[in-house]
Amino acid sequence: MEQKTQEEDQIVTPWEVAAEKGGKIDYDKLIDKFGCQRLDQSLIDRVARLTGRPPHVFLRRGVFFAHRDFSDVLDAYERGEKFYLYTGRGPSSEALHLGHLVPFMFTKYLQDAFKVPLVIQLTDDEKCMWKNLTVEESQRLARENAKDIIACGFDVSRTFIFSDFDYVGGTEASTCNLDYFSDVSIYFQEIFKMHTTIKCDMDPAGLWFCMVLLFEISPVSCHTCASSAFTVEIIVQFLLQEHGQDCKVVGIFGFSGEDHIGKVSFPPVQVDMLLAAPSFPSSFPHLFSGKDSLRCLIPCAIDQDPYFRMTRDVAPRLGYHKPALIESSFFPALQGETGKMSASDPNSAIYVTDSAKDIKNKVNRYAFSGGQDSIENHRKYGANLEVDIPVKYLGFFLDDDAELEHIRTEYGAGRMLTGEVKKRLIEVLTELVERHRRARAAVTDEMVDAFMAVRPLPNMFS
Amino acid sequence: MGLTKEQLLARLQELQIVFSQYEHPVVLTVEAQDKKQRFYIVSALAETKVDLKVLSQRLGLGKGGLRMAPEEALAEILQVPLGCVTPFALVNDSARNVSLLLDQGFKSQECCFFHPLSNDMSIALNARDLDKFLNSIGKTPAYVDLEANPTVGKDQPPDLANLVPSDAAVLAVPVEKQGSSQGSEKIHISVNNQQNAVTGYICRMHHNDTFRPKLSSRNLLFVHCCDGQSMVLMCIVDLSLASKAVKPSNASSTKEKSSGAASSSISYADTDKFVEEILEKTKSIVLSEIKEENAEKYREQLATLVSNNISKLGVELKNIATIFKNTAYTEGFKAGIHHQPKRT
Repeated sequence: MEQKTQEEDQIVTPWEVAAEKGGKIDYDKLIDKFGCQRLDQSLIDRVARLTGRPPHVFLRRGVFFAHRDFSDVLDAYERGEKFYLYTGRGPSSEALHLGHLVPFMFTKYLQDAFKVPLVIQLTDDEKCMWKNLTVEESQRLARENAKDIIACGFDVSRTFIFSDFDYVGGTEASTCNLDYFSDVSIYFQEIFKMHTTIKCDMDPAGLWFCMVLLFEISPVSCHTCASSAFTVEIIVQFLLQEHGQDCKVVGIFGFSGEDHIGKVSFPPVQVDMLLAAPSFPSSFPHLFSGKDSLRCLIPCAIDQDPYFRMTRDVAPRLGYHKPALIESSFFPALQGETGKMSASDPNSAIYVTDSAKDIKNKVNRYAFSGGQDSIENHRKYGANLEVDIPVKYLGFFLDDDAELEHIRTEYGAGRMLTGEVKKRLIEVLTELVERHRRARAAVTDEMVDAFMAVRPLPNMFS
Repeated sequence: MGLTKEQLLARLQELQIVFSQYEHPVVLTVEAQDKKQRFYIVSALAETKVDLKVLSQRLGLGKGGLRMAPEEALAEILQVPLGCVTPFALVNDSARNVSLLLDQGFKSQECCFFHPLSNDMSIALNARDLDKFLNSIGKTPAYVDLEANPTVGKDQPPDLANLVPSDAAVLAVPVEKQGSSQGSEKIHISVNNQQNAVTGYICRMHHNDTFRPKLSSRNLLFVHCCDGQSMVLMCIVDLSLASKAVKPSNASSTKEKSSGAASSSISYADTDKFVEEILEKTKSIVLSEIKEENAEKYREQLATLVSNNISKLGVELKNIATIFKNTAYTEGFKAGIHHQPKRT
């Protein structure tokens, strides 16, 4: 099944990211299409003022560049109303690369700067279902990933890490196994069959997502078929009521109007059953009981926006604030700006387990250069900073604004060569990876247990 | 003939140096390779990482200057039996040209264990008392940060150059060269007695090696190194004995099992180490900035420059502090879940 938007230019969905005809992603267009807002300089200055420290390098360089309702969060913060952070990872593999670290590095900054608590979700259930892993393997991967996440420097007295298998739903989770999920999915497929008569072009993915959403949030236990049917009925009615023929759901996940509900084959989407719940403070009674008006801020990559749009739609009806989003652009692969990094190609990314030699080798051999093909041409025309990867990476990880500016000027004018830029990048990355490795070595299994323990966090706002 | 153990102990008592002693039978063999004449004893704490290349540079011997020493040198110069390298060997006249480098970490320890010229016994005394003894034999103790790695170049002279002995000792028995060994060989010998089992590892190291004594809770590590220009005789001091000295043997054996896993996390929440690291990093910034040329260039602003650079250190220090906090919290958490509530 093909997933295309109405315009054929660029494709940005939670499952596929592709630029227009091999160029680069147009983020302005993306913001327009998705309907989120630009994170402008005034907001950045406001953050600096409220937190009393310089804004994070990712803000200064426009890595985190879009948001939804971030200014509301800041307004509330100024009035003394705090918020909590929510981010997560699908633990698909043991190897983490720098692109994975970006949202966590930024989240750590937010935690330290605003002094707020953080919940981190490890969607081991999602990966288990879709990657055919056993539950045990999935949980093991989740714990390994948790160690790398902890190594980013989160404060244990303010951070709660949970894996879906362990935490969610209480009794449901503790007896959770793969069969449970496949039963549910089969069940829902049957529901779909029953609703082929619905006129509105509700795509299976959207309907699935809605059902799952309310499935988890609803206090009604959904073990029995009867109650599940009841829930589904409610959702379907709700959607029909709200959207009628004009179902919004179609646009969000990138499905075209033709896909109809009669298609029983399960849509190849990675739907996280529990993505919505952590956006609501009631999901964490041991942390936020009685604080139903606590706002949630979600740092994520912009391709996750569709997931949270659904949640934002539902939130007011459940009596919660819409979760706010702060969104980043994509971390480019070493070989160039053709999309996201891929864990399947080891040379497309720098991994946290890479040695100094590996880093040097990868950057020198695979980092796409915007320099000219010969030194004479380079001196004459300068480098193409738009496509040059080393300069882009330095934009992420070189903290010193003045030095970056200097490099961009000199390299762009042709006075500095690619080799020098790469050399500086290698230094910066090696230092970063080394720091991470050192912190990772300090993370023990007991520490993971401590972070994942369902415990109160008495000082989470101080 | 060198001093015997008894004579040394008597001498220590004369100087009113307090020490405690433990008897144990030990046999260790050592293999090394040597080319030349200047000798050093480097005494390091178990956890100290010592890079021979760095030390060699800091002594002004170039990068490959230090290597393992042969057992003949032990016998001849230090006049101690095999496996018995100890700072106390300097009491012998034959060792007068041996330079002694001591780990500055000794100073912060309550006491350290050394062999008193014989390896069937160890004695524990603290750094002050060691100094007392060394001064009494006319040696100045040189405490060195063995882990530091300052740049040595034309502008920065080797900082330990003054520790190179002025006269070379002459070996009566020249030793034939051996092929240089790649990597290290470990020969494990262990000995038991009731209270303190001593395990020794002998390593033959290539001169490029950085070595870090790998210990379980009760080890003594002896390493000998030699090279083209100098010989290094090393004895690593085991501290853990000091803390467990008075424990009954069954308790010490359980500690052995858990210490492997726990020891790594304990060091991350070790207050002393934490503060040391902060001070080291700050000092190295200050020292690197306060130089002749900077003083001229910046004059009054030098203080501000140094101060700014120290502030930049903030990020790194915060990372270390977070690790510290998380580790300490984890320890408390673990204790909490194993806590046995009072019976009412």
